[in-house]
Amino acid sequence: MAVLRSALDTRSEEYRRNRAAQLEAIAALDAELEKVVAGGGERYVARHRERGKLPVRERLELLLDPDSPFLELSALAAWGTGFTVGASLLTGIGVVSGVECMVIAHDPTVRGGAMNPYSLRKSLRALEIARTNRLPVINLVESGGADLPTQAELFVPAGRIFHELTELSSLGIPTVALVFGNSTAGGAYVPGMCDHAVLVDKGAKVFLGGPPLVKMATGEDADDESLGGAEMHSRVSGLSDHFAVDEPDAIRIGREIVARFNWRKLGPAPSYPQAAPLHDPEEILGLLPPESKVPFDPREVLARVVDGSEFDEYKALYGTSLVTGWASVHGYPVGVLANHRGVLFSEEAKKASEFIQLANQTDTPLLFLQNTTGYMVGADYEQGGIIKDGAKMINAVTNSTVPHLTINMASSFGAGNYGMSGRAFDPRLIFAWPSAKLAVMGAAQLAGVLSIVGRASARSQGKAYDEEADAARTAAIEAQIEAESHAFHITARLYDDGVVDPRDTRTVLGMSLSAVHNQTIEGRRGFGVFRM
Amino acid sequence: MIEKLLVANRGEIATRVQRTAHRLGIGTVAVFSDADSDAAFVRDADEAVRLPGTAPADTYLRGDLVIAAALATGADAVHPGYGFLSENAGFARDCAAAGLTFVGPAPEAIAAMGSKVEAKALMEAAGVPVLPGVTVAPDTDLAAAGERLGFPLLVKAAYGGGGRGMRVVGDPADLAGAVESARREATGAFGDGSVFLERYLVDPRHVEVQILGDGHGTVVHLFERECSIQRRHQKIVEECPSPAVSEALRAELGAAAVAAGKAIGYTGAGTVEFVLTGQEFYFLEVNTRLQVEHPVTELVTGLDLVEQQLRIAEGAPLGPDVRDATITGHAIEARLYAEEVTAEGYLPATGTLHRFDVPGDVRVDSGVGTGSVVSPHYDPMLAKVIAHAPTRDGAARTLARALSGAALHGVTTNRDLLVGILRAPEFLAGDTDTGFLVRHDPVALGAGTLAAGGHRHAAAAALAAQAQHRRAARVLGGMPSGWRNVGGAFQRIAYRLGDRELPVAYRFRRDGLDLRVDDEPLDLTPVSVTPDVVVTEIDGVRRTHRVHRAAGMSYVDGPDGSVALQELPRFADPHAITRAGSLLAPMPGSVVRVLAEVGHGVTAGQPLVVLEAMKMEHTIVAPADGVLGELRVGSGDQVDSGQLLAVVEEPGS
Repeated sequence: MAVLRSALDTRSEEYRRNRAAQLEAIAALDAELEKVVAGGGERYVARHRERGKLPVRERLELLLDPDSPFLELSALAAWGTGFTVGASLLTGIGVVSGVECMVIAHDPTVRGGAMNPYSLRKSLRALEIARTNRLPVINLVESGGADLPTQAELFVPAGRIFHELTELSSLGIPTVALVFGNSTAGGAYVPGMCDHAVLVDKGAKVFLGGPPLVKMATGEDADDESLGGAEMHSRVSGLSDHFAVDEPDAIRIGREIVARFNWRKLGPAPSYPQAAPLHDPEEILGLLPPESKVPFDPREVLARVVDGSEFDEYKALYGTSLVTGWASVHGYPVGVLANHRGVLFSEEAKKASEFIQLANQTDTPLLFLQNTTGYMVGADYEQGGIIKDGAKMINAVTNSTVPHLTINMASSFGAGNYGMSGRAFDPRLIFAWPSAKLAVMGAAQLAGVLSIVGRASARSQGKAYDEEADAARTAAIEAQIEAESHAFHITARLYDDGVVDPRDTRTVLGMSLSAVHNQTIEGRRGFGVFRM
Repeated sequence: MIEKLLVANRGEIATRVQRTAHRLGIGTVAVFSDADSDAAFVRDADEAVRLPGTAPADTYLRGDLVIAAALATGADAVHPGYGFLSENAGFARDCAAAGLTFVGPAPEAIAAMGSKVEAKALMEAAGVPVLPGVTVAPDTDLAAAGERLGFPLLVKAAYGGGGRGMRVVGDPADLAGAVESARREATGAFGDGSVFLERYLVDPRHVEVQILGDGHGTVVHLFERECSIQRRHQKIVEECPSPAVSEALRAELGAAAVAAGKAIGYTGAGTVEFVLTGQEFYFLEVNTRLQVEHPVTELVTGLDLVEQQLRIAEGAPLGPDVRDATITGHAIEARLYAEEVTAEGYLPATGTLHRFDVPGDVRVDSGVGTGSVVSPHYDPMLAKVIAHAPTRDGAARTLARALSGAALHGVTTNRDLLVGILRAPEFLAGDTDTGFLVRHDPVALGAGTLAAGGHRHAAAAALAAQAQHRRAARVLGGMPSGWRNVGGAFQRIAYRLGDRELPVAYRFRRDGLDLRVDDEPLDLTPVSVTPDVVVTEIDGVRRTHRVHRAAGMSYVDGPDGSVALQELPRFADPHAITRAGSLLAPMPGSVVRVLAEVGHGVTAGQPLVVLEAMKMEHTIVAPADGVLGELRVGSGDQVDSGQLLAVVEEPGS
């Protein structure tokens, strides 16, 4: 196997400058993540504790196997919106009783754990990841229900949660609900739809209608306990399979339930030596230029991510703007497609199409490392069939059935986002680095295009063009697109599964690969018609 | 010639006798009770015969069964070890009658010395200095006898030994009770309840002289042993030579011991015990057997006393190696007991010895090894550790280091006390007497070995557990420990150390380990961490802690002490909640008396159950006024440490 050599000069001014810029971006990320961890803030956390309840992250820590890792997903959901960052929900992949599970947990300190449109998307994405990767789901339930002012956006799609839960069950993917508090009205169907339900004494409240609603509807006087307490559901209705004396007891029972899943991963175990890279992952920060215009060699990244820095390149001399080749991460084989000089030409598109087919032939998961400005434009390229070649690549990406993992390292613009297995192409997991940008095109280009179009329109109508207004409009549009291209803006809308520290890439990929191997790994042998 | 030797004993002494026998080419037969069926001495013997039952009276004290075992296996000699049948003249006689060589003195000598009262008279006649005393007969006026001797006085079992059946009485009012309880204990332990009273010297030194006599009229002494460091009249540290004995005094003591031996025509190995105050010494008793502490004599003389015993039994005269023996260097022995040293006393401990390993250049005479089960049925001594060095200080230092570095996992021991004694300035100055452990608080003496409140140990245990978790992980074992991409949650594990809880919280960060013990930050850099060995650097000091996890415990041994940390479960077992007012057995033992009835009212401090464990009676009292709600035991029951005995409920509950 070929070992990557690094040409990175860690003493150069460029390295120091790059590193400083990346550390700044990471600091901004950490500042946002701190808000996520703080949940509803000190006052609400204190009030929650006074009620004898554990904050959501303490519930999670008790649930997970000691010293096991946890990959939190969509942490910055709802960032920059009117809702609390994190969207009152915590989701992620962790190990419970030796089984990788999808944990979906309400944060009751954020507006009582109420669900807003972002929580819904976050929840549905977690359930989708669980379904596609065959991960058992554990719900840590305590939510006041829907954020009623946004019900118009919520009510119809929220039904999908129950659809997903029961579909998971039908696929043989176990679902568990540990109910700590409110789980009322629609929320009552979460324990209702799960394979296993555990209710906490004096905490769980699981009913379709609470005392006031019942009083209004039928005139009946009933209290919380008789309508939906753990004791009642464990002894009378049978909705609860296990009666937990307190929160830790519920988590203990949950762990025991998972321990009895008799869980076997369907994918193969890691098959390569799990040697650490020869180069320090810390150095990734120094090789990433802060300006997306400046290209960098993705092999320098791979040398700091893949097992033993070993990378066997495919078609190294052909279509050199895209680096393709074979490697392994934490012992799992991967085929890598990494943008080098941004632009995808016909050669790169055809090389990618072939490579994706090869990976499918050998059931090898694919790793897409994005840093692309899109497919090449211009008369020569259009005439050379760039559309057909781009279509081949998108065809191959779309119909490929091996797991795709995607990381937006720096930029993901135009159809390059599609060809490099962007969100719309169902990568099993997709992450971005903190300084990465994503949009249909770069902000300056987009603003410039609009300016040219405006100018042409004015000319065709014979009107004078207001240069001053154009400059102002161009600047405003550029600023808007720049903001909307920002990694936080993208992840806030669930267009990826999280923004990760570049230095953690190897761990994030290792956990992702291990998670996807819960499902069968099987490539597609026949593809759609390739337009030649 | 002895061809096959039956060792009528158990534990370390059985192993020790077998070792010499095997070296000399002699075959061995062990006898064992049900409790000892997996013991090392049984495995090491060529052949072994089961003695059904566990109580000594049913097994190791059954001379008839032992002789039958010898005959069944074709053994031609019996070595009695110490304790049990070793000083039973009747057994020696029965052996002879069965055609077996008894490795020990003649039955007459045993009988003469067996009764301490008669022995004293004999010795007085032979010119050996003795302490005044009175034998207790049914018609003895105890009060008058006590007055004559003066208080404090000592009540002793006539056929006792090893501190059993012995009571110091300071107050005349306590005399009758002490006689009664000594009598009971002696009857239980030795089958004879005779006791006598003797003047009690306050805090003398205990000095004894090893003698060897052959069948040809030669009796020699192999110098003294000082055994003054005692707890509850039981020796725990012994040495040779005594720091208090000059050459002249050694000659006097030796002459008196040889005179004592000659007076009873002694053959074999024996020990003449004296008390010493200043330069004055008084005869105490003759032990007509190999002593527990014989190894210190062996190390300074280079002789094998068991080999000498066997030679003498074969009729050989004492050789020049014995007759011209000299003292080379200094030897100190420490007795490692399975016991908890508490402010209330020494409580026998039991359990499985998950690891037993004593490092260093020391002799270890042990009846146990890794995996041994320490039962409540017999003496709780685990092993004797003996160091030999050119000087006394050197021997003490070597022995202390070996003990402090020993891995003793699964059973509480007196190790820390022993190390504390060996490092105490008063001990090192040679100022030892039988009051040593009265003047020095044993708990305080044994508390000095653990540094930093066990925080470093708890940290090492947590890190080792962490490494074990990662190694055993079914999935994602190769990921960084406790990795989080959001927040930096602490991993938490809590231990109990004695009556303290030591919670440990830690997280591995990009810039190093963030670790807290008992909510206090510990600036620790892990150098290397495996499930068994944790190397850390704290304040520039690198240390290696060995961690052994077994049965919910983490045993951590380091240069800064050893601890047994009980890992507190992450989740409470909903079934394990003990009801308030529950009385648990503080140690394993047997119930001798039950003093209350279910349903009856009890008052705080009222005795409810009396337990006997080894040599002590422990009274379990009501913790508060109330009603005896439950009684789970009856007289004669064997109970384990922590077993529920009774429940006192609030009145009306």
